Amino acid sequence: MCAQAADGKSSGGLIVEKRTLAENIYLMKVYAPRIAKAALPGQFVIVRASEHGERIPLTISDYDAVRGIVTLVTQVVGVSSRLICLKAEGERLTDIAGPLGRPSEFVHKTPSELMSGHWLFVGGGLGTAPIYPQVKWLHTRGATVDVVVGAKSASLLIFQEEMKAVCRALYIATDDGSVGQKGLVTDVIRRLVEENRQSYDTVVAIGPMIMMKFVAQLAQQYQIPSVVSMNTLMVDGTGMCGACRVTVGGKTQFTCVDGPEFDGALVDFDEAMRRQTMYREIEINGK
Amino acid sequence: MANKNPRIEAREQDPQMRRANFKEVCLGYTDEEAMLEATRCLQCRNPKCVPACPVNIRIPAFIAETAQGHFAEAAGIIARDSCLPAVCGRVCPQETQCEGHCILGIKGQPVNIGKLERFVADYNREHGAVFLTKEPANGRRVAIVGSGPAGLSCAHDLAKNGYEVTIFEALHKAGGVLEYGIPEFRLPKRTVVKYEIDNLKQLGVRIETNVIIGRTLTVDALLDEEAFDAVFIASGAGLPKFMNIPGENLNGVVSANEFLTRNNLMRAYEATSDTPIYTGRRVAVVGGGNVAMDAARSALRLGAEVTVVYRRTEKELPARVEEVHHAKEEGVMFRMLCNPVTVLGDERGWVRGLRCVRMELGAPDESGRRSPVVISGSEFEMATDVVIMSLGTSPNPLIASTTKGLAIDRRQCIVADEHGATSRKGVFAGGDIVTGAATVILAMGAGRNAAAAIHRFLTKPATPLVSTD
Repeated sequence: MCAQAADGKSSGGLIVEKRTLAENIYLMKVYAPRIAKAALPGQFVIVRASEHGERIPLTISDYDAVRGIVTLVTQVVGVSSRLICLKAEGERLTDIAGPLGRPSEFVHKTPSELMSGHWLFVGGGLGTAPIYPQVKWLHTRGATVDVVVGAKSASLLIFQEEMKAVCRALYIATDDGSVGQKGLVTDVIRRLVEENRQSYDTVVAIGPMIMMKFVAQLAQQYQIPSVVSMNTLMVDGTGMCGACRVTVGGKTQFTCVDGPEFDGALVDFDEAMRRQTMYREIEINGK
Repeated sequence: MANKNPRIEAREQDPQMRRANFKEVCLGYTDEEAMLEATRCLQCRNPKCVPACPVNIRIPAFIAETAQGHFAEAAGIIARDSCLPAVCGRVCPQETQCEGHCILGIKGQPVNIGKLERFVADYNREHGAVFLTKEPANGRRVAIVGSGPAGLSCAHDLAKNGYEVTIFEALHKAGGVLEYGIPEFRLPKRTVVKYEIDNLKQLGVRIETNVIIGRTLTVDALLDEEAFDAVFIASGAGLPKFMNIPGENLNGVVSANEFLTRNNLMRAYEATSDTPIYTGRRVAVVGGGNVAMDAARSALRLGAEVTVVYRRTEKELPARVEEVHHAKEEGVMFRMLCNPVTVLGDERGWVRGLRCVRMELGAPDESGRRSPVVISGSEFEMATDVVIMSLGTSPNPLIASTTKGLAIDRRQCIVADEHGATSRKGVFAGGDIVTGAATVILAMGAGRNAAAAIHRFLTKPATPLVSTD
């Protein structure tokens, strides 16, 4: 039997470690043995920080089945994410449930397919954290992985050292040029493909929807298949509510059960970005 | 003791008051009202009401005790067959079950069995009588997937028979549809639902929230790694259906499941809740079932002007008559013989209206129901800010797709026989995941049947109930 908390919440939720990665960006290692054991790259958890709190989906940024720990990276963007970020080491998340969603497609590939594969991962802002377990998973299986990370400036860059250790090359783009190339991740991708003549079998992009949209467009231009991880609104995260629906190839899909990863060439990003704003006014002005 | 007294209807909150709050609509009986209504029962020697109840509550017996003012004894009789009397007294479709078969109903009005059950259960809760007698522990362990009505009733019967029962619930709170689906004004959560679940815990049932079977753990892991002797899958209705019409992903279109989950489970109607909910000024609810009525009446209470859009006539509405009646009293409007063909949006991508067609009832189809036919050239637009789609659900494939050798049917429902046995030995299933979306009481009945079957399976493992593999 797995370890079980006294109140019947099997997944624990104790924050065993908390670090500040950048301004308003925090890393939390959470004791959740069943989730850590079951997790695969690409999956997410649902977290609640208080009894009145919203259910917030967070992509898993790392997991350690032996220690029973999942790593989450969160950023203060609204009321609910602030509540999560305010939790201190030694405190507990009220709820943590998962792992949810389908794992990344590549976990089904054969060892030889992995060994011969060339991946390009693109992480934007907070999206850098969830690409880490994917890059690590592929790297440890002998795949060739390059990583492009984008941030506003050097001070907001996260997971730099961790990432360097598990990829062939790490490229950085910042809006202000404080580190790496000044510009967007797409500028770096262009340089890699057009000037450096790099060829990739797959591009995986995780970050703000607008970034994923342009990375997917560029990948399509180079005829490279792309995968994006949709960070839609969710309530239950288990397929019950449909708040997370996205149009993929003209068909409605539920991010929580059909995704969160989809073919970047087929996602209707404009609709997805609009749907993300559904409750923004209420969140700003109150109920 | 039968008499010619008219049926006593329970008092209700005034429609003009209740349309602005989430307090319970029905106020229930006083002691005197309950005793008086109970005297109307004919005490049939061969009662028709009992077999019409999916869990076969000994109805005449509990009513006889109620008539005498022996409310605790009445509750004890109900408790032998039902672990959720305060829930069933509130949400069962009595008009098609017990009351629908009451002999008094042939010439006049049936006994108000539902309200009597509600009274007895409430009286008991308020006066602290509990029925926790159980068999000594038999050392057998059963895992139940889902803490809705099917899971709770199965857990109840097994725990009473000495089994060690653990319920795994995917959400952060136990209760399933009782928590996320049925609104507070029909089923109070903090009093009624919490009490019934606490009672189960008192019986020794363990409830683990935040465990998604199929993801956190698989059914195979429950049997092989966590050493459960049997598993009962009662994971509920599943994914909301949409119409697949243009404009359905505009901002302002939500499923009834989402709308109700925000308001019920997440308590969005309370100022203290962080979860937002949006109604705009006008809401259109598409569909005519109980869930549609719940969504419509919730939206009304949140301050919107609400219209239910349904493609057949009032006679075919699948919702309970009482729910439709309550909705109308409160001011919900109905547009019958009307079907949306497009959701209309503004330049910002928000809903501004529905384009609908008018329908007429055509010839009966194979099921005998007259199917609605579009009247050509009847298109019209109705203005609305929010559209709530209440069109039913399709099963969540998560458990079937992660469990070895579990047969599903064409609709993706798990295949189970009348005892709940699936194609996999030791794995039972019941409730909406087997039947498709149905009622609380039918799910409870399935839970009971499965409990009995699991008991037989585990006491006589050499002779399985049905040939499975």
